[in-house]
Amino acid sequence: MAHKTNWNEEVAKTIVAAQHDRGLLAVLAALNEAFGHLHKDAIGLAAKALNLSRAEVHGVASFYHDFREQPPGRHVLRLCGAEACQSMGGDELAVQATRELGIGFGETTPDEAITLERVYCLGLCACAPAALFDGEPHARLDQNAISSLIAEARK
Amino acid sequence: MKRRIFVPRDAGAIAVGADRAAAAIAEAAKRATIEIEVVRTGSRGLYWLEPLVEVQTPNGRVAYGPIKPEDVPGLFACGFLDGARHARAQGNTDSIPSLRRQTRLTFARCGVTNPLSLDDYCAYGGYKGLTRALTLAPQKIVDEVARSGLRGRGGAGFPTGIKWRTTAEAKGENKYIVCNADEGDSGTFADRMLMEGDPFLLIEGMTIAALAVGASKGVIYCRSEYPHAIATMRAAITTAREANLLGARVADATFAFDIDLIAGAGSYVCGEETALLESVEGKRGQVRAKPPLPAHAGLFGKPTVVNNVLTFAAAAWIMAEGADEYNALGYGRSRGTMPIQLAGNLKHPGLFETPFGITLGELIDDVGGGAASGRPVRAVQAGGPLGGYFPRSLFDTPYDYEAFTKRDGLIGHGGLVAFDNTVDMAKQARFAMEFCALESCGKCTPCRIGSVRGVEVIDRIVKGENREANVTLLKDLCETLKWGSLCALGGFTPYPVMSALTHFPQDFGLAPELAKV
Repeated sequence: MAHKTNWNEEVAKTIVAAQHDRGLLAVLAALNEAFGHLHKDAIGLAAKALNLSRAEVHGVASFYHDFREQPPGRHVLRLCGAEACQSMGGDELAVQATRELGIGFGETTPDEAITLERVYCLGLCACAPAALFDGEPHARLDQNAISSLIAEARK
Repeated sequence: MKRRIFVPRDAGAIAVGADRAAAAIAEAAKRATIEIEVVRTGSRGLYWLEPLVEVQTPNGRVAYGPIKPEDVPGLFACGFLDGARHARAQGNTDSIPSLRRQTRLTFARCGVTNPLSLDDYCAYGGYKGLTRALTLAPQKIVDEVARSGLRGRGGAGFPTGIKWRTTAEAKGENKYIVCNADEGDSGTFADRMLMEGDPFLLIEGMTIAALAVGASKGVIYCRSEYPHAIATMRAAITTAREANLLGARVADATFAFDIDLIAGAGSYVCGEETALLESVEGKRGQVRAKPPLPAHAGLFGKPTVVNNVLTFAAAAWIMAEGADEYNALGYGRSRGTMPIQLAGNLKHPGLFETPFGITLGELIDDVGGGAASGRPVRAVQAGGPLGGYFPRSLFDTPYDYEAFTKRDGLIGHGGLVAFDNTVDMAKQARFAMEFCALESCGKCTPCRIGSVRGVEVIDRIVKGENREANVTLLKDLCETLKWGSLCALGGFTPYPVMSALTHFPQDFGLAPELAKV
């Protein structure tokens, strides 16, 4: 949960001030974490605080997979698509998840219940296939586990 | 007497229910009014047994696993607090065959101690390495690491002693120690386990490196996909600061060294050391041309040691126990032990730390127990997404940097991903190109564009379009990627592609369909 926090410039400024000394990546990561995405005003805010151009900040923001342009749904399912998970049927689970949710990776269901994301390796390769559901690790996944995570998200 | 029960807090154990098992144990003890202390440890790395619960008995620790919450009442009923027999009992932890066969140097404490207890760390030999390093001249520390034969565990296998020496000799006031904890290779998890299970060891190793080269600032760049490792590492850094093991007054205020942890943001290429440095500087993770080497001009242009988590951890062990002890183990020019990570379709996946020299076949069939699916293992990808696929006919390859290179592969960061005979190797080759396209930093044309073209060419081969000409084109493309890219992403993507094509041509429709394996 907690991904759905509306943009609040004052809060954002506090975050920027707190992370300022640790560099742009830390600033953007903290804003992305707090608001679930990088709000369009976040770019300008970060640029000003770090004395960079908006273009430079946009360049960094668009480089990293973690930074979202749109706010996610109430829940985020990050399914691993890397080789170890492939070897244990991860591709089939990916097909199942997209079919059950009716969306592709990087998309959010129309009811905003869940955002489905692809991730390449969670370091849970000895208990593949694996996923992060709202930041919590889940492994040895099978079709039932995927269905119950989706059901939980839709509650 | 309060009974001690150990349950891992490792993300891999939590992912299969360790938190629920720990809660069920606490609840059952409360109901039975038995006083217990649940100690959350790292993982032993025997993942097929996770959640692995251990009980302290007068005869040592006894293990039970895998434990589901519904198993807990039965455990209490059978008297597991005294190490009683149970369907899930594994006997004395130390005598579990898969553990007994290992030579745990780097991972000696992982799974044994409470990772955030500095007392535990010191009671089990922690800070012995730094204590010894403080009695030596910086030059002697470097010599010791060099003499151990330790090579970079991130994947490149560069001699650590030479890297430290170059940084020590580089001119410059501000030097940096950077830890590469951007463990992005699929099939690898040793860095994560170590940071979650024995974080002070990494802090100690980095502190020793700082002492050796004269650095006062350290950075751990940890991937964002590892939230548990980040939290544990940050907590350990805070504890170390409070104990003056980091900060302005380390070692009776004789020197200053502090560490900051920077989280990545989901970019695989940031595991390449120069892209990582760019990322720490708050830029796009774009690879730098070398020279200059990071040892001369690294983070913010200053002399910088960039090493992997396991390298720093091994260095701490070497300082504590001696270079000769470490160097005595190994094979050829690969000295010491390697924490090998067995992953994917295996019965017994997990961490297996062993001296170099064990064969790939022993690791997969014997230690790993063969495929979890019960089918034959057909291919093993060694060294992550940039590593080659090994067929069974190469299972006699000894685990050694040079032996793997000789067979067009790499050991990389020590990951092995097994696939059973349902695998489609043309699909795996296509994925390698697809992954390269997705993660390319965009700097080198062969990697940025060649990877996209590679996916298309493989598609055409599989469809049977002008097959021979397209195979020639794919080989040519791989040569261009290999020689025309600055870093390993573009340079090594040909390994999985070409190994799949060479060893499994039938999957590309190139040879008559052979009976698989």
